[in-house]
This record gives sequence, structure tokens and C-alpha cells, in this order.
Amino acid sequence: MTSSTVTIPSAAVNDVHSRPTLLSIRSVAKSFGRNRVLRDISLEIAAGEFLAILGESGSGKTTLLRIIAGFETPTSGELCIEEQRIDHLPPYRRPVNTVFQNYALFPHLTVEANVAYGLRVAKRPAAEIANRVAEALAKVKMTAHAKKKPSQISGGQQQRVALARALVNRPKLLLLDEPLSALDANLRRQMQIELKSLQREVGITFVFVTHDQEEAMVIADRIALLRSGALEQVATPREIYSRPATSYVAQFIGHTNLLSGEVRAGIARCAELSWPVSLPEGPAQFSLRPEHVRVAGLAAGPNSIRVRVRVIDRAFHGASELIRAQCAHGLVLLATVASGSLLGNEVELEFSTSDALLVRESPEKS
Amino acid sequence: MFSRAYKTLVAVPPLMWVAVFLLVPYGLMFCYSFWSVSSLQIIVHAWNLENYKELLEKPVYWETLLRSMWIAARVTAFSLVLGYPLAYFLSFYGGKRKDLLYQMVIIPLWVSYLVRAYAWKTILGSDGVLNGLLQYAHVTTHPLEFLLYSPFAVVLTLTHIYTPFAFLPIYAALEHIPRTLIEASHDLGATPAQTFWKVIFPLSIPGVLAGATFAFVLSLGDFLAPLLLGGPSGIMISNVVVSLFGAAYNWPLGAAISLCMLLLIVSLLFFSERLEKKWSFS
Repeated sequence: MTSSTVTIPSAAVNDVHSRPTLLSIRSVAKSFGRNRVLRDISLEIAAGEFLAILGESGSGKTTLLRIIAGFETPTSGELCIEEQRIDHLPPYRRPVNTVFQNYALFPHLTVEANVAYGLRVAKRPAAEIANRVAEALAKVKMTAHAKKKPSQISGGQQQRVALARALVNRPKLLLLDEPLSALDANLRRQMQIELKSLQREVGITFVFVTHDQEEAMVIADRIALLRSGALEQVATPREIYSRPATSYVAQFIGHTNLLSGEVRAGIARCAELSWPVSLPEGPAQFSLRPEHVRVAGLAAGPNSIRVRVRVIDRAFHGASELIRAQCAHGLVLLATVASGSLLGNEVELEFSTSDALLVRESPEKS
Repeated sequence: MFSRAYKTLVAVPPLMWVAVFLLVPYGLMFCYSFWSVSSLQIIVHAWNLENYKELLEKPVYWETLLRSMWIAARVTAFSLVLGYPLAYFLSFYGGKRKDLLYQMVIIPLWVSYLVRAYAWKTILGSDGVLNGLLQYAHVTTHPLEFLLYSPFAVVLTLTHIYTPFAFLPIYAALEHIPRTLIEASHDLGATPAQTFWKVIFPLSIPGVLAGATFAFVLSLGDFLAPLLLGGPSGIMISNVVVSLFGAAYNWPLGAAISLCMLLLIVSLLFFSERLEKKWSFS
């Protein structure tokens, strides 16, 4: 048994498909001048779901978030919350709140007044404001800092205040724009877990934008992977990892071996590897996860193929090692092996042909 | 980094400058204010408090000072009322023309003060542009006399001259407000008006204070506008000082008034700086 460097959540706990749709994004496109940032995005987000919008910088993920929040107007397409059109509403009329990347706390207001802001502008009764603010601050463990100004608290604390300031309004939808990107690695992992349990507790739909695939896998019920302004795949972390739709998804989420070759007469050939398949003829691309490549044992498993390799590089990951190995004809394979299990540099690797998944070629759109 | 001798050497010229052109004159002025003038118009170097006594006893001096402060206060108010919306518009809706519009606000500062003051004289005079227009349009039958040689003319001219000084710090303060704060405010449900009063205005207060200080201090000490356009009712404290040092040949009394003005302005600057610090959060 090998372990992966990517953490997979134990299960997508909630079945998101059985719940009513909260937000529908229908054929949304956005251009800035001649620059097409989003093209024909359609996505349904269920009530109570934790959705991560994942993509590289420049993939349009922040623009999509800003369109949902109302800071940008889509060039075409529509947005509905519970079947009500919202794309013509200004940000202050939408049942949506945002946690900004740099938190955007009001520097002239105390922590408490920052959290109370939304309720004050909505002219709620003073007693209700006091109660809800106290409750929200307690939820993010910031009660002790209520009277401080944002400049007097740390980045992690500012992050909690920003979260409380948004959640206190009980929005239907909470948008989070890379809220953890400014935190250091340890605090970041801790906040990921806290954020996830907080979301379960309050039951509000979260849409979380990130460029960090590991973070998206840990935190989200579903991942929408965005590339050059178009959706590449929308699925649960488990599904997106084990059944990537395209070669781009396979590469972006975790490590993978992309084997390019062709299928002819029921045989797939990629460099010196070949195995029987039941696929149509023509060029084909397969994704093979490194953890599915193992050191060959004494007895060959069924449907497994073996290849002799020379190890050229190894990266230590604690319990496991990620090795790069070269086959005789130049093909380079990544494999995850248990630490210390590999003694020499010349070794025989094997994998089950069923683990080599056919993935669609996805050319870069311009 | 640098040797002690070098540091001393480079510090000498600026220190000399400050000493010769600031400290010595202030010191002299301080001394003069405690001296007096004899009947033969000779300055008597005898220490006394007569000048300060005269300032308190003769209402003409403190009345003029109060009138000057009242004029300066009105100039400040009008400059802020004109400068703030201008700065706000430019900062938030300037778009691509921002730099051009900014230059257009700055350019009048390059025009000689005298030219601008004279321009108002041509506009406001009894046979000036404005009166001509009003009579031509049959709004009035006679030239309006209050337009020129009045506190009104002084306030108008000083407002015209000092509005850019009020505008600049307000504009700088508005430019420093992170735009995500405004988005955050809208996101939390605040309308544009609520966002202005709860976020934009509080964060621009240091700029407003700096602008108000500029407009008030500069117009309080102004002497050309009242001289050219003020007439007898528009006299300001600086005109009194000028006449005391000139025609009246009473340098000690002039020095005493100047020293009082200096004290007033320094304490004003001190308080405005304290307030600005209190309202800045960067």
C-alpha cells in the first residue's frame, strides 16, 4: 500500500445532488476589451455546499467570484439565486457576502464595529446587533479582541474578523477570495479545517476561490476547475482525482504520468509499453497516478505490465518517496514507493492496465 | 557610514540658513515687540509691555484680527465645499482623464497671485464684467457696489486662490483609500451614500484637516487681496502690520502683532497635526 502526497477527504460527506440549487450560473461570459476572461460558464451550486473554484492565476476564477458578488457585470449570461435573477442587482442588494483576499477590514473601526457594519447599515435594532456581533465574534474566537483596531491584530486574526463580518449577516452565499493565501503554511492548514467545520456548523453555502489544489481537495465538497476562462471539470475531489476528465485536470490535481500513444487493433501503445484495451482506434492519452505504479513483486498481478527502469531522481515525502525513473527507451515514469523500500537504482516497476485512465486531450484555448 | 567631521560639514550650510534667515529675524522681532517708539520716532530700547497693553486696549487691533479670522474661516469653509467634491470626483470618477484634470486644478497655481487678484478686480468693479452683464440682462439698473472693495470680494478672491491648496491634501487622502474597502462596504449591504459617510469620509478626514489648515493659515496672513479688493471694510490684520512697519513707523507694535499671529498659527498647526494623527490609520 502506498500513500499519496495529496490528501483526499475521507468522503464527500454530503450528497450535494439531492439538495436544491441555490445559485445558477448560466452561460456567463466576460470580456475586458478584446481579452476574453470567462467563456460560457454554466454551473449549479447547491444549498449548503462547499464549492472550490480552482484554477491557475489568470484562469478567470477571481473574475467569476467578482461577477457573483456584483463587482463586475457579465458580458453575457445570467445569474440566479433561488430562481431570482441577481445579475442586474448592485452588490449591496445581493444576499451574498465576501471574504476578501486582503480581508479589507475598515481601519478606522474596531473589530466589533467592523463585524457590526452590515447589520448597522441594514438598520437592525441595537440589541439584536449587539447579540449577533457577540455571537459571531465568539464563533471565530475573537471576543477578547473586540475593542482593538485591525492594525493591532495579526493576519490570522484579521482573517477571522473578516469571516465574522461576513457571516454575521447570514448571507445565502459566502464568497471567499483566496482568504488563506496570506497565512503561513501551518496556520493555513489549521484554518482550512476550521473553515470546513465552521461551514458545516452554519450551513451557509461557501464558494471558495483558490489556486492551491491541495487546499481545494481538503476543504471542498466539489471542485470546479477553471482553465483559461472555461470549466475543465466539476466534480467531487475524489472523482476529480480518480477520474480526471482531461489531461490538464490529471496534471493539475496531484502528480500523474501522462502517457501519449495510440490505440491500434485493440492494443494501446505508449513508447515501449503496450497493453490490450477495448477502445476505438486512433491517438490516445492515458493518465497513470504514481501511487498506482509499484515495485514489481514476485508474482505478477493480473492485467499488470512490467518495465525495467533506472531511478534518476527521488523526493522524500516522509512516509513515501516520489521517484522519477527512466525506461530503456527514454520514457520517464513517476512512482510513489514506501520510504526506504528502494535499494538499488535499477528496478522493475509494474502497474495494472486498468489504472491507466483514458483522458481527453485538452488544448489551450486562446 | 560617514565620518563625524563630514556630517558636521554638510549640516553647517542649512543650519546657517535657518539661523540667519529665521532665528535671527524672529529673535529681533521678539525684542522689538518689547521696545517702544519715542515722540521723535526713534526706537527706544527700553523693555516694556506697552505694545501688548495697547493691543488689548485698542479694539481696532483685535477687531481686525477677529475680522481676519472670520474671513479666513469663510474662505476655509468655501474652499472645502468646493475642493472636496472636486477631489472626490477626480479620485473616483476621473478615469483616464484623471491626470489631465489634476493638472488643470494645479495650473492656476502657476499664474501670478497678482494677476488673479487683478482679474477679480476687473470682474467685480462697478464698470466690470459682472456688473455690465447684470445691467445688460436688465437684472439690475445700477452697478452693484458691494461686489468690489468689500469683505465679500476678499473672501471670493481668497477662495479662488486657496481652493487648490484645500483640494490637494483631500485628493491625496482619497487616493490612499484602498478601493477594496469600498467594495467591502457595498458587499456588506451599504448603499453608495452610506459607504461615503461611513467609510470614505472618515478615512479622508486627515486630508480635510490638512486642507483646512492650509486654507485658513494662508488666508489669515494674506495682505494683497484685502489691499487690492478689500476697501476700508475688508482690511485684514496683515494690512495693519504692513502699515505699522511702513507709514506709521511703529515697528514695536507691528512686531507685537506679528508675534501674536505667529503664536496663533503655530498652535493651530500643532492642534491640526494632533488631530490628523488621531484620524490616520495607515
